[in-house]
Amino acid sequence: MSTETVGTLESTVTGIPRSNGELVFDQPWESRAFGLTAALADQGLFSWKDFQAGLIAEVARRTDEPGEYSYYDRWLGALEALLFERGVVSADDIDCRADILCHRPAGHDHRDEDHGHHAH
Amino acid sequence: MSSDPRTVDRPPAALRAEALEELLTERGLVKTEALDGFINRYVNDVGPLNGAKVVAKAWVDPEYRERLLADGTAAIKELGFGGPQGEHIVAVENTDEVHNLVVCTLCSCYPWPVLGLPPNWYKDPAYRARAVRDPRALLAEMGLELPAGIRIRVWDSSAENRYFVLPRRPEHTQGLSEEELAALVTRDAMVGVADVEVVS
Repeated sequence: MSTETVGTLESTVTGIPRSNGELVFDQPWESRAFGLTAALADQGLFSWKDFQAGLIAEVARRTDEPGEYSYYDRWLGALEALLFERGVVSADDIDCRADILCHRPAGHDHRDEDHGHHAH
Repeated sequence: MSSDPRTVDRPPAALRAEALEELLTERGLVKTEALDGFINRYVNDVGPLNGAKVVAKAWVDPEYRERLLADGTAAIKELGFGGPQGEHIVAVENTDEVHNLVVCTLCSCYPWPVLGLPPNWYKDPAYRARAVRDPRALLAEMGLELPAGIRIRVWDSSAENRYFVLPRRPEHTQGLSEEELAALVTRDAMVGVADVEVVS
């Protein structure tokens, strides 16, 4: 094999991480929902197995739901259900906060501000 | 669980996700940095290249191949891969007679440590249904025409077992190193919707 071939292959190897040209998340909130679940599971608030069971149930429950299929919509539903069940938050808590976020002034980006948590 | 008021007349998912993150952060249940760390890890570090390394090693090292087929979780751990959704990894080997295809009919079970997070089509109801009903036609549509003589085996991943495919090593690759071989292995090949091909 020629050195040129080796070079090409090596550049493919160093091209890590490879996602095969496909985005893992379609929208930013999907990655947040994923990260939130991973962080909570890591802290032992629930097990991945519990979450998985909930996700299967959520997907099954919404099989015939009209509209475009959104996987992370189900993911979020499963996470919420688990947190409701464990009494961590309520649907009202979330909806109420979502309503506030919805009515925040235009141009406000809470993530940059991060609510003064930048102590680190 | 009580009744299901969950998604009826509720705010859109993007807002709910944001609200949930805020609430849990405020209550000290989750740290933004931890959350960012997990996203970053799964978007950037944990991906199909891990699996590609496992496959390449199995191709060049017959003893490793045997260990991989006997106990996937232990074998990937040898290469330093593990973590959530990696507890029961099962590698299934393609041969001249059998082609393996992985699906999760119930949701999206997937071997994260070796393949990262699943691509959209893997989570799609159409793929999940058709992989079982008519895998040959599905594979053909996805660009893999299998000879009639090759049997297709469909593996339904679950929380119990998460499958990934050990593809056939392409011909004329004897001169390639393990690292070069790994560069040939794609995520699609490890799910079973493609074969490994030598790029010219």
